[in-house]
Amino acid sequence: MSQTLTDTTPGGIEYDEQPLLQIRNLEVGFQTQRGLVPAVRGVDITLYSGQTLAIVGESGSGKTTTAQAIIDLLPGAGKVTAGQVLFEGRDLTKLSAKDIQAVRGNLIGYVPQDPMSNLNPVWNIGFQVEEAIKANGLAQGKEARARTIQVLQEAGLSDAADRLKQYPHQFSGGMRQRVLIGIGLSARPKLLIADEPTSALDVTVQRQILDHLDTLTRDYGTSVLFITHDLGLAAERAEQLVVMYKGKVVESGPSQEILANPQHPYTQRLVSAAPSLASRRIQSAKHANAGDAVIFGEGSLDDTLVARAADRENAAPAKDLISVQDISKVYRIRKKGLRTDELRAVDGVSFGIQKGTTTALVGESGSGKSTVAKLILQLESITSGAIEFDGQDVAGLKGKELLKFRRRVQPVFQDPYGSLDPQYSVGNTIVEPLLAHGVGTAKERQARVKELLDQVSLPWASRFRYPSELSGGQRQRIAIARALALKPDVLVLDEAVSALDVLVQGQVLNLLTELQTELGLTYLFITHDLAVVRLVADNVCVMQKGRIVEAASTDNVFDNPQQAYTQELLAAIPGGNFQFGR
Amino acid sequence: MLWYTGRRVLQMIPVFFGATFLIYFMVFSLPGDPIAALYGDRPPAPGVIEQIRAQYNLDKPLIQQYLIYIGNFFQGDLGTTYSGRPVSDVMAGAFPITFRLAMLALVFEAFAGIFVGLVAGLRKGKWFDASALVVSLLLISVPTFVLGFLFRLVFGVQLGWFRTTVSSEAPWGELILPALVLASVSFAYIVRLTRASVADNLNADFVRTATAKGLSRRRVVTVHVLRNSLVPVVTFLGVDLGSLMVGAIITEGIFNINGVGGTVYKAIVLGESTTVVSFIAVMVVIFVLANLLVDLLYAALDPRIRYAK
Amino acid sequence: MPNKRGQAHFVAELEDTPVAAIDRLDESHKARSTWADAWDSMRRRPMFWISSVLILIIALVALFPGLFTSVSPNLDCQLSNSNGGPEAGHPFGFTRQGCDVYARTIFGTQASVTVGLLATGLVTLIGVVVGSLAGYYGGWLDAIVSRIGDIFFAIPTILGAIVLMSVLPAATPTSVAFVLAIFAWPQIARIMRGAVLTATNSDYVMASTALGVSKFRILMRHVIPNSIAPVIVIATVSLGTFIVAESTLSFLGIGLPTSVMSWGNDISQAQTSLVTNPQVLLYPAAALSITVLAFLMLGDILRDALDPKARALR
Repeated sequence: MSQTLTDTTPGGIEYDEQPLLQIRNLEVGFQTQRGLVPAVRGVDITLYSGQTLAIVGESGSGKTTTAQAIIDLLPGAGKVTAGQVLFEGRDLTKLSAKDIQAVRGNLIGYVPQDPMSNLNPVWNIGFQVEEAIKANGLAQGKEARARTIQVLQEAGLSDAADRLKQYPHQFSGGMRQRVLIGIGLSARPKLLIADEPTSALDVTVQRQILDHLDTLTRDYGTSVLFITHDLGLAAERAEQLVVMYKGKVVESGPSQEILANPQHPYTQRLVSAAPSLASRRIQSAKHANAGDAVIFGEGSLDDTLVARAADRENAAPAKDLISVQDISKVYRIRKKGLRTDELRAVDGVSFGIQKGTTTALVGESGSGKSTVAKLILQLESITSGAIEFDGQDVAGLKGKELLKFRRRVQPVFQDPYGSLDPQYSVGNTIVEPLLAHGVGTAKERQARVKELLDQVSLPWASRFRYPSELSGGQRQRIAIARALALKPDVLVLDEAVSALDVLVQGQVLNLLTELQTELGLTYLFITHDLAVVRLVADNVCVMQKGRIVEAASTDNVFDNPQQAYTQELLAAIPGGNFQFGR
Repeated sequence: MLWYTGRRVLQMIPVFFGATFLIYFMVFSLPGDPIAALYGDRPPAPGVIEQIRAQYNLDKPLIQQYLIYIGNFFQGDLGTTYSGRPVSDVMAGAFPITFRLAMLALVFEAFAGIFVGLVAGLRKGKWFDASALVVSLLLISVPTFVLGFLFRLVFGVQLGWFRTTVSSEAPWGELILPALVLASVSFAYIVRLTRASVADNLNADFVRTATAKGLSRRRVVTVHVLRNSLVPVVTFLGVDLGSLMVGAIITEGIFNINGVGGTVYKAIVLGESTTVVSFIAVMVVIFVLANLLVDLLYAALDPRIRYAK
Repeated sequence: MPNKRGQAHFVAELEDTPVAAIDRLDESHKARSTWADAWDSMRRRPMFWISSVLILIIALVALFPGLFTSVSPNLDCQLSNSNGGPEAGHPFGFTRQGCDVYARTIFGTQASVTVGLLATGLVTLIGVVVGSLAGYYGGWLDAIVSRIGDIFFAIPTILGAIVLMSVLPAATPTSVAFVLAIFAWPQIARIMRGAVLTATNSDYVMASTALGVSKFRILMRHVIPNSIAPVIVIATVSLGTFIVAESTLSFLGIGLPTSVMSWGNDISQAQTSLVTNPQVLLYPAAALSITVLAFLMLGDILRDALDPKARALR
């Protein structure tokens, strides 16, 4: 593994200029009932002033712990057990509580991950910003108030002066994140630690905020340590990259170089799994006639697409398996006092899905996409319009008819931690639909569970496991197995891969593609993530504020978007046009 | 806030009528002869029964009886005690004493409870925390009246620090010992609640962010941890008022204090049911009103409640 | 020199950072349900064993008081022993009536524990049924049940019990338990309703609905099992508080009649001879406090073991 670029001292060659931040052989452990569990194991990071460095890794890789260790923000049980954190040559791990307090805010700013939980709900926004300004000795008294307004305005809240007295819950997620960025940068620190600052936000908002953050840090000359799970985002925003895996750095160096020429097998995996606009639809290994599994095959892609298109044209104008006609869903919302307001969550939506194809419903939060899923699944009733499944109107189905419909249309939900009953073992979870519909004998059901576990690549022994013992990806595979138990025709996948790490996400998407080919399934794929859409969908409907603004084949939407909103969404995909090392 | 207040007041109305009706119903309509029950072991002269039935409107339908009762209640006629004194009179004399006792107890349980709970929460797992937990468990498991006897025995009789009975004017100084007894159980609950709440908030994201801003530890603890931990404690104080009332009956009984509780205690021991019921009806009303107050305080402490639609 | 400012391209040794298969099932430990998990964490705490052993002993004393003393608590009373100190065979001394304090404490266990158990059982039954129906079916049922609960909640348990006990004829452990339960059920109903509401809105319930599982089956198989944990905790703690409540009523003279031996009655009677003979108060009070303490500790341990937040941290 010894290349010319690889130095024997990890973290870089000693140059004349002193790095702003140099982490050397950092080790962090967490005290648990079973003793000290290492979370960060010998990490080296070097960051020069004015640069942006991204730490990339999946959940549990130790990236956040590393960042928190820098300014001693580790939770109670966490401890730095070895190594140094040199900031301008001073070892921060050796500082007294008082000295590190002087570093925080003033020299090193911090922008946390979740804007919903990082502002104190009982204090108003002005108070929380002013507090930071006063604590860092930037201004006192009346001046502090003026400075507060200035900080918030710079962070992109133009009406800051009027909103100082408002509380966090009166702000949107994006607005709160701007407040947090304002706080982090209020003292013009030399280094800003930004821990997944936009993961909880919609892509368009994410883009605005990151652009703004770029501008601010460039203007102030602030270095940024950027923590993210998103390789695309890292590629777009940082010139230096550190890839972490299981508490260790597996690869680090200049972003371009790593992305163009990933050396470590883990980095290679990450790079190849990162969805982007340049990706193509995943083809089933069998469909593509490849001998072994092609993860993101390109080879016979065009041929198969042509073949598919031809198939479709030759077939008589196929009837849609699911046909949604001008459906609306109106909620009544109680306003202050006795007035009620109408919320049109879904507003005149129509589309059709052909058998054996995947239609993606894309939109940001509040676009009504998940409501459409619930309407189709008959979990909520439509206000107007009609939903036909296999030629039959399904609105208002009752009793046996509804049960028959449920057998054929099954859901997989977003949250892998919420969609499985924590008290049910894997075996009981999968067998439940069979029991509910009275399918087979105990022995036959047992055999079916085995078959299903096999289909989602989980060992037979896993039937005794409980959800709390499984990873997110495994839970989602269980959810898929449960949905497949009754041999349905349609799966409604509501953000089914959104909560998963990119590699696991790729794995589940592959699984879904294989199953589609094997079982002839029809998918309605609901997501906020356009990059994923390209990997799996045949057709795309883009939703905004309860309406479909654009509907076309996937290639058309990506290569030739008609609507401004679609173009905006596409442009906002992080690292969208970045050509990952291939 | 205005909408919130209005809604809470509206919600309180059915609770108020329901609770008073329930008490009225229990006393006057349950199987068994209420008049006989009211008089306990001393049966009244024949003929008196009819007179009393008419006096208490027991010859009328239940709802009408209740409405007359509640109408009188609003006019300040809370009934009469066994000896014929109006309950409102006794109340007026006894209330200030009980108010003083309750205030002392509240101040003690709130301040000491929050302080001990805060320190224990900040040092979770250390010796102070462990001993605070043990002491609070002990205080909860020893009934108030046992503690009252013990305190009286140890601090009053054996050490002679306090008088064992309180004089009829009940000056503040003499109320300290009874107030400590009265506050003990609630103190223990507040310690436990504050401790859990502080320990929870210490791990909150916004506390980490506050630390990252460069605030001192002291400020983080007071402004962010403690301030947020007060919200559940305040809600607890409302519910706890009920046990404070029961505690007042027992404590005032043991220390022979002429407050509301002491009067109820004597009435219970002597079997004067009318007096007991009248006083407890008033207590329930106070409880309902105090909980309304606590709800408003809760909204004042937590903006998310205040602005909720 | 490449990368004048910045890190050189570093690649970790592969032996040092082996890459595992993506998302492989961790089979290094045995499969455990949430309940097995809770049990596992409980049995490691000495407090759990202390409180369990205490509760076991208390249960034995309540069921078979004759096993623990051969002295009769009523019949062997001799006024010549009045307020006598401890002596051979009578380790706790005598009451004013000359009865053996130890024997009375042993025989008083049954009434106190019966009230506690029965009241807890009733409250839990009412609370779970009412709370789950209100939370699960919602609508007008919820509205009515919740308002009724509010009304009962507005009357502090012991205050309500005082009123009811002072008009009811002769009390028995059963009637005391019923009276306490009448005013105490809304607390558990509220907790259950909240937990049921959370479970009902969970994704796994939505998934089961979409799978075609019947509404009632979802309630019984998914919602209630996932909502019962906080109720178990509160019920355990309530058992102790009901025992205290019974003793408070007995102390006021409106609980169990003096013919029934209970700790509350003994403590109440002890007040007359408190100054001269404090042990008469001390022993039944200690027995009562230890019982309550045992249930409180068990409740605390259950809370730690069943609390999902605490579990996530392990």
